[in-house]
Parts: sequence; structure tokens; C-alpha cells
Amino acid sequence: MKNKLPAAPYLVWMIVFILVPLIMVAYFAFTDKDAHFTLDYVSNVAQYTPIFVRSIWLALISTVICLFIAYPLAYILIGMNTNIQSTMLMIVMLPMWMNFLLRTYAWMALLGNNGLINALLGLVGLGPFKMLNTEGAVVLGMVYNYLPFMILPIYSVMVKIDKSVLEAAADLGCNPAKTMLKVVFPLSLPGVFSGITMVFVPAISTFIISRMLGGGGNLLIGDLIEMQFLGNSYNINLGAAISLVLMVIVLLIMTILNQFGADDDGVMVI
Amino acid sequence: MKKLAKVYLALVMMFLYVPIFVLIVFSFNTTKSRSVMSGFTFDWYIKLFKNEIIMSSLMNTIIIAVLASIVSTILGTAAAVGIKNMKKVPKAIVLNITNFPIINPEIVTGVSLMLLFVFFAARMNFEFGFVTLLIAHITFDVPYVILNVMPKLNQMDPFVYEAAQDLGCNPLQAFFKVVLPEIMPGVVSGFLISFTFSLDDFIISYFTCGSSMQTLPVTIYSMTRRKVSPEINALSTIIFLTVVVILVIKNIVEIKSNAKEKGERR
Repeated sequence: MKNKLPAAPYLVWMIVFILVPLIMVAYFAFTDKDAHFTLDYVSNVAQYTPIFVRSIWLALISTVICLFIAYPLAYILIGMNTNIQSTMLMIVMLPMWMNFLLRTYAWMALLGNNGLINALLGLVGLGPFKMLNTEGAVVLGMVYNYLPFMILPIYSVMVKIDKSVLEAAADLGCNPAKTMLKVVFPLSLPGVFSGITMVFVPAISTFIISRMLGGGGNLLIGDLIEMQFLGNSYNINLGAAISLVLMVIVLLIMTILNQFGADDDGVMVI
Repeated sequence: MKKLAKVYLALVMMFLYVPIFVLIVFSFNTTKSRSVMSGFTFDWYIKLFKNEIIMSSLMNTIIIAVLASIVSTILGTAAAVGIKNMKKVPKAIVLNITNFPIINPEIVTGVSLMLLFVFFAARMNFEFGFVTLLIAHITFDVPYVILNVMPKLNQMDPFVYEAAQDLGCNPLQAFFKVVLPEIMPGVVSGFLISFTFSLDDFIISYFTCGSSMQTLPVTIYSMTRRKVSPEINALSTIIFLTVVVILVIKNIVEIKSNAKEKGERR
């Protein structure tokens, strides 16, 4: 089987629809409407620094919260017996199969001023609290939508840890807490790093969650890009410049994290 | 400790499922309220099925997902076979570019394809719609097919293919009779992943569908932008139940085949 020919159609496809579009992003970012070279748009991106900072910050908080929820959960899961384990994992991952717009919409309904949470609080004489259209709601939406992306890689690394290693640690005098800290945690790190990238990347570039749960006041990078392409402030050159910056940020972070990440993070294993 | 674990598990489950169950419950509500249940009705389901925009975008979604996943499975499987035979450096380059749509933020992939289409739409006089959408879906599907087929190819004994040829198969026959059955699990999972991703995709479709053609997620988005509409709750309920049924069937099949395997081994 020494023939490379079967790859030819894909190679053409790859060049035209993966490579050229990325070059297009760079091309539009560095030219103006008359196709002349300019650095204006790329340097204009700097004026949106606050939005970039907010996006990175909110994505970071969500990633940390996901990690803190997912890690103990994965640890509890691997302690269960195998049959229950796979069923539990399926139950945990099931919401992910619903479109994320619907999942986000569900929270819109819960958090609104006339929503269920405020209605319930009203029964005991509290509120109504403004929960929708806040940064907190955006973080909540990110955590809710991306939590499975954190659970899955951590779980799939943890489940491979040899049980006899844990027993050995216990035999050598570790109590459960120390085994956790000195054995399980270091061995599970590759899964943790994969989880961090898999949550952080979609979180930093989302525009739906911020639009639906954050109202107009919590613009993120994704919103900014969307506005330049399909929104009111149509300016595809600026949009391309912002996309280029976002891509560079994400690739940088990925490269750093990949140094520690797992080889197979079980992206879609159910 | 055991008790604490159970409480923790219950809390996470509540977090994951309460929003969905609230949607489901209120899909049967007689009024549009999202906090007070005033009565039981199937009206929103009837309205949903009579909503032409939703039904036609559902059709679009299914057509696009079927076509895109079939094309990407063929394209991707052929690609994996060819890429495996490449020399080290070109192979690494191709695989790295292939990874781009996977690791890049979806919005960047969507925007980059939109720019390509904008650039050529102006020069070649075509419009955004079915074709651009299909191209975009194939583009983000193929990498997952390659990613799933590649490991199966690597696991395969290379001599089997040569043996088939020695025994009188031409290369095509050898591929279809010997190689394909070996890598079939990878091809199938690549197809299924492509199909689900295509069904589910919003962001890339949103940037490449134009105004004339809508997929279901794009329609859902425009519905959530407007006023509250309990039809979305009804739709969510149907989608949720479909997912549950599919996953339960899948699990039962898996458990049965596992049990069978165990039995055979004995």
C-alpha cells in the first residue's frame, strides 16, 4: 500500500477550504476596502483591549470552576463499579447532546426577572434579583455548557490509572488524602491540561452565551467579531483583524498547554 | 466519605438536569409564562409541527448532515489511506493543517470560510446558501473522519494488503475486500461524529448560510432572539427524548455485545 493518490482530492479540498480561508483572514486583516496594504485594522484591535481582557478573564474563571467541579466528579466516578460507571458517565454527558443554544436558552428561562428562580425566591419573600444580563450569568452559562469537556478528559486519564499503584501507595503508608495528592493528582495532570484547553478555547471565543445570558453589556471577543461580519457595524477587515488576534492568542495558549497535555483526550468518547 | 460522594454526585446531576427538566415541564404549559404552571396542553407541540420555518430548517439540517457526513467519510477515508503512505515531513504538515479546524475557535473557522465565500461571491456571482453551507460542513467534518480512521490504519498489519494482492486482488479489490473491513470501526465512528457535529453545528453554519437557507440551530437562534416562545421548549423536549432513546439503545446494544464477547471467550 504505497499509493498516495487517494489523498489527492482531500489535499485539494484542504488547500482550498482550510488553508486559503486562513490566508484570507490575514489578507483581509492587512488590507483596506480597496485592497491596499494597511496596518490600521490590526492596530485598531488594541482599542478593544478591555473586551479582550474581559473575555480572557471570564473564560479563565469558567475554566477554573469547571475544573473544581469536574475533578472530584471524575474521582468519584472511577471509584464506582464498572457497569454503573459507564451508565453514570453517559448520564453526565447526555446534556451535551442537546444543542447548546437550547441549553443556554434553558438558563435564560430560569434566571430571568420573571423566571423560575426569582418566582421561587419570591415565595419566601426575597428578590427579585437581577441575575440575567450579568457577568455571573455568562460564567454560569459557560460552566454549564462546557463542563462535560472538562469531565471527559480527566475521567479518561484517571480511569487508566492502575489500581495496584494506589494500593502500593497505601501499603507504603499513604493515607487516602496523601495518595490523592502524591499519586492520583500527578498522574491525572495530562487529562487536566486537555480539559483546560477544551473548556478555555470555546469559552474565550463564544458569542452566543454572552449574547443570550449577558445582555448587551457584556460583550466578548466573539460578539465583537460577529458584529463586524453579520451585525450592525459591518466591517469585515476589522473583523478579520480581530479574528487573527484571537487565533494567535488561542494558538499560543494551546501550544503552551499541549506541552503538558494528554496524547489522546478522548474528545468524543461516550 | 461515600455519603459525601453521593451528595456531590446528586448536586452535579441537579445542576445538569434541572434546567432541562424545567424546559420540558413548561413545554406543556398553557400560557407563555416560564415560572407559573397554569395548565396542561399539547398546543405548543402542535404549533411546532405547523411551523413551516422550523420544519423546513429541520429538513435542511438533515439533508446537509447526511450529505456532508457521507462526502466527508469518503473523502476522509481515502485521505487517511493516502496520508499514511506519505513521507514523514509532508505527512506531518498535512496532519497539522488538518488539525486546524479542530483546534481553532469555531468562530474563526466560520469567519475564514465566510471571507473566502465573500471574496469569490463578488467575483464569480454566486450566493450564500446550500452550496456554501455544504462546503463548510464537509470542511469541519473531514478532519474528524481522518482522526478516526488513521489509528485503525496504523493498527492494521500492512502485509495483509500485500497478501491480498499476491493472491490475485487488484489494488481496488484489495482495499475493499481486505483493508476496508479492517478499518470499518474507525470509518463508522468518523461518519457518526460527522453526522452529529453537522446536525448540531450552529456557529459555522451561522456565518456561511446566508439569508435564504437556514439550518435548525440557526432558526433556534433567531427564535431565542425574538420574544419568548414556548415552541422552543417543545422542540427541546423532543430533541432531549430523541437523544435519550438513541443513547439508551446504544448502551443496551453495547452491554449485550460485551456480554456476548465474554461468553464467547469462555
